[in-house]
Amino acid sequence: MNKIVNDFSIIVGTKNGSGSSTANNTILRAIFKMGVPVSGKNLFPSNIQGLPTWYTIRVSKDGFTARREVNEIVIAMNPDSFVRDLASVAPGGAFFYADDIKLPINRTDIAVYPMPVKKIVREDPNVPADFRELVGNMVYVGVLAQMIGIDIEKIQAALEFHFKGKQKPIAMNMGAVRAGAEWAKANLEKKDPFYIEPMDKTHGMIMADGNTAAAIGSIFGGLQFAAWYPITPASSLAEALNDYFPMLRKREDGKHTYAVVQAEDELAAVGMAIGAGWSGLRAMTSTSGPGLSLMTEFAGLAYFAEVPVVIWDVQRIGPSTGLPTRTSQGDLTFVNFMGHGDTQAVILLPGGVYECFEFGWKAFDIAERLQTPVFVLSDLDMGMNQWMSKPFQYPDKPMDRGKILWEKDLEELKGNWARYLDKDGDGIPYRTVPGNQHPMSAYFTRGTGHDEHARYSEEAHVWYNNMERLKRKYETARQYVPAPDLRETKGATIGIIGYGSTEAAITETMHQLETEHGIKADFLRIRALPFTKEVGEFLAKHEQIFVVEMNRDGQMNQLLTIEYPQFATRLKSVAYGDGMPASARWVREGILAKYEAKKAPAKAKAKATARRTSVRKAAVKSSVKKKSSVKSPAKKTSSRKK
Amino acid sequence: MTQPLPMAGAPANVNLAGLTKNDYRGAPSTLCQGCGHNSIANQIITAMYELSVKPEKVVKFSGIGCSSKSPTYFMNRSFGFNSLHGRMPSIATGALFGDHTLKGLGVSGDGDTASIGMGQFKHIMRRNVNMVYIVENNGVYGLTKGQFSATAEKGLSLKKQGTNPYMPVDICMEALVSNATFVARSFAGNPKQVKELLKAAFAHKGIAVLDIISPCVTFNNQTNAYHSYTWGKDHEAPLHDITYIAPRSEIILEQEMQEGEVREVTMHDGSIVILKNLERGYDPTNRFEAMRALEEAQRNDWLITGLIYVNTEKPGLEETFNLVDTPLNRLTEADLRPAPELLDKINGLMF
Repeated sequence: MNKIVNDFSIIVGTKNGSGSSTANNTILRAIFKMGVPVSGKNLFPSNIQGLPTWYTIRVSKDGFTARREVNEIVIAMNPDSFVRDLASVAPGGAFFYADDIKLPINRTDIAVYPMPVKKIVREDPNVPADFRELVGNMVYVGVLAQMIGIDIEKIQAALEFHFKGKQKPIAMNMGAVRAGAEWAKANLEKKDPFYIEPMDKTHGMIMADGNTAAAIGSIFGGLQFAAWYPITPASSLAEALNDYFPMLRKREDGKHTYAVVQAEDELAAVGMAIGAGWSGLRAMTSTSGPGLSLMTEFAGLAYFAEVPVVIWDVQRIGPSTGLPTRTSQGDLTFVNFMGHGDTQAVILLPGGVYECFEFGWKAFDIAERLQTPVFVLSDLDMGMNQWMSKPFQYPDKPMDRGKILWEKDLEELKGNWARYLDKDGDGIPYRTVPGNQHPMSAYFTRGTGHDEHARYSEEAHVWYNNMERLKRKYETARQYVPAPDLRETKGATIGIIGYGSTEAAITETMHQLETEHGIKADFLRIRALPFTKEVGEFLAKHEQIFVVEMNRDGQMNQLLTIEYPQFATRLKSVAYGDGMPASARWVREGILAKYEAKKAPAKAKAKATARRTSVRKAAVKSSVKKKSSVKSPAKKTSSRKK
Repeated sequence: MTQPLPMAGAPANVNLAGLTKNDYRGAPSTLCQGCGHNSIANQIITAMYELSVKPEKVVKFSGIGCSSKSPTYFMNRSFGFNSLHGRMPSIATGALFGDHTLKGLGVSGDGDTASIGMGQFKHIMRRNVNMVYIVENNGVYGLTKGQFSATAEKGLSLKKQGTNPYMPVDICMEALVSNATFVARSFAGNPKQVKELLKAAFAHKGIAVLDIISPCVTFNNQTNAYHSYTWGKDHEAPLHDITYIAPRSEIILEQEMQEGEVREVTMHDGSIVILKNLERGYDPTNRFEAMRALEEAQRNDWLITGLIYVNTEKPGLEETFNLVDTPLNRLTEADLRPAPELLDKINGLMF
């Protein structure tokens, strides 16, 4: 039998509430510590205890971390999902199961390993009776480690991390791991081809979830006020604030420079955050779809009254309550147009854990600069699962507090200012905040029509001018939001556009398209709305552009079509939403289903199509002449629309 | 907008903050003539002037409705936020975290508080936000032209609406049940009491609810309506005569002290509220008694007014959250962005 090394997937089926997450995270971390690229995804039910839950671990020597839909190794600990789990083992795979489950095993094409989990734990005098189920999970860790070659020392390291060095639980869990490993060594004969062997591919990397990264990033962004209401999958973001604030903002006097308030509902959560943003604090809230729906009314107020606030939406699949524990990218168009009347939202789209940290701090600079709500859309897969990542990078520029006037500024202006006056022509007015002691500092904020001095007005031209200014401000936003991430391939014939957590699946798809189908692709990962000029350039350059996203209706595709109608016929939506993290399987199938081989690269045609506006002409020129800049900060664009 | 600061030997109409009454005024009212809300706005101006409050130390809040328009009509030099219908409490809670040395002054209505905003109303009580929360209560929706509110009394008939079949929400009772630390009721037709209660409420550190029956002269001023001037004048049963003594004043009305019917409440800033009992020997520090009084009034069709309940023991929000002395919105990057070494530490923890 040929060995298969570092290239397979493991899935563990347990009951939720049985404490298996420690065991699964331990496997994940131990493999990571062996230098082997790995990813873990928790596929859990919306339930506290008793329903089937699965944890998938993908080991990939090539560094692919997207979900696979095939599992070579299946560990069955739950009688309720046993039949399904057994059926799911890939041919030639391995099946480990707790031997107290007395169900028939009807497959001969796989290796089968019974594990006397209960017996081993019962015989360990160091495990108290009420810990047996919890610790029992560590037995399969030990058996698996022995059978596929996970380093026991790395398991120890993972447990030390998990229990923060507390010796008693570490010893108890390690006892079960060792007992499992020893039993397997003595009793099981290796009949499968799967092995983990050490590599050096995770050196210098960290492993974290997006919600924690977002919380820490926000604290490094100077977050002062967070209000939230519990909702899956966003709760752990706010809870991470409570975890990390005391350490990161510790002061000698023991007092706090921040407040985290659990509100009575999402209306109050965002209302408090807007109140705090209005009074000059770096303020945020975090929620998911149903909470966001409740925040709509306030989002419109913050847009119109021009209050900086950061709103994280850790997306889950909707509509309605939907599936609370399943992922999605289904809130994009909702957020983009959130609120009644004409509104336009500034949206950041982190592509992974690293960017959850980065956009965590950047969102405040952008919100205060633009004096508007900034929405950050991650998703359950990014937010709650463990991902390998580059280490977080310290902010590369000082905080931008935007156009704020304090007493001395007003002194210099001799009090001559107006809250909604577009002094600089960029649509962004100057603001003051409560507590300013200058007698001319105050103004009256309102969601009703207002003139430049914030006074109520029903005059038609006052209304019109204000709305036009807000539009101007949205155009200005293009120079402050992150530009897309462009990955070019020599000889590419198609373009792929994606955003958020689908990057891993797209990367893998690109590899498959190139090696198996001879199709080379350029990849543009959009990181914000409004679109920056690089997006238009990418569209102009490619004849076929596949827009990949995890929803039913192709929401990014819709927004691109609205913004770039002249390129609409080039866009092919590859949208799929079933609540599961993106996999290369559907991305590839979606692209191949719409791929047209005959089409050639579009240089010549692009020129003709792009004649409509000077902007797009400029965009095409730059894409023809030189490679468009990768990751360069968006420069001031001339793309102000008429 | 501002007046020049007074010189030495300035005229007597300058208060201890060096400001004239004009410094507390707002834009001209656009509410109906004779609206109780206008009378309340005037009492706010007078009370703040007499208390020598610096307008820059006050932040005005409101929701939506006739009452919520009124912060425009007083204290131009204070920041204000006319927010959303029923959502004033959350905006105020967040905003007051910005600078804990500021005092909130919220004006809401019975629709804004007792219908659409009931949830947020109860939770701002619970959090004891440092703010005066005035409910200008007229039992009717004025701005949408005369629909019932949740405080309208049972049996009230309104043009186009028919007869109200439900019992009214009692704002003071709701506040009390939610552990508000200052609960008072007054009647816009009794301006002296409104003013004294405003002063006491302002001196209270924490949430101070003032339910002011404020007749709507346009849509709900039938002589038999609970929220009308006529009914109010006929049925008002003050719990006591209330006098507010500022902390810096040393003159205490000795004669009244000797009457034996006087109760004093010392506020956080050392000021004193003197309650001269009329009949019932009422103790506003007794929550149980307060509930009993409200229940009794409802059964007897009385409009009890005065300081119904006060508790000066409960900590304010900045204590609860252990905030630094410097207002949060004055903190700088040095206070707010953790050092690079801490990020190295964090990266070390991410495994």
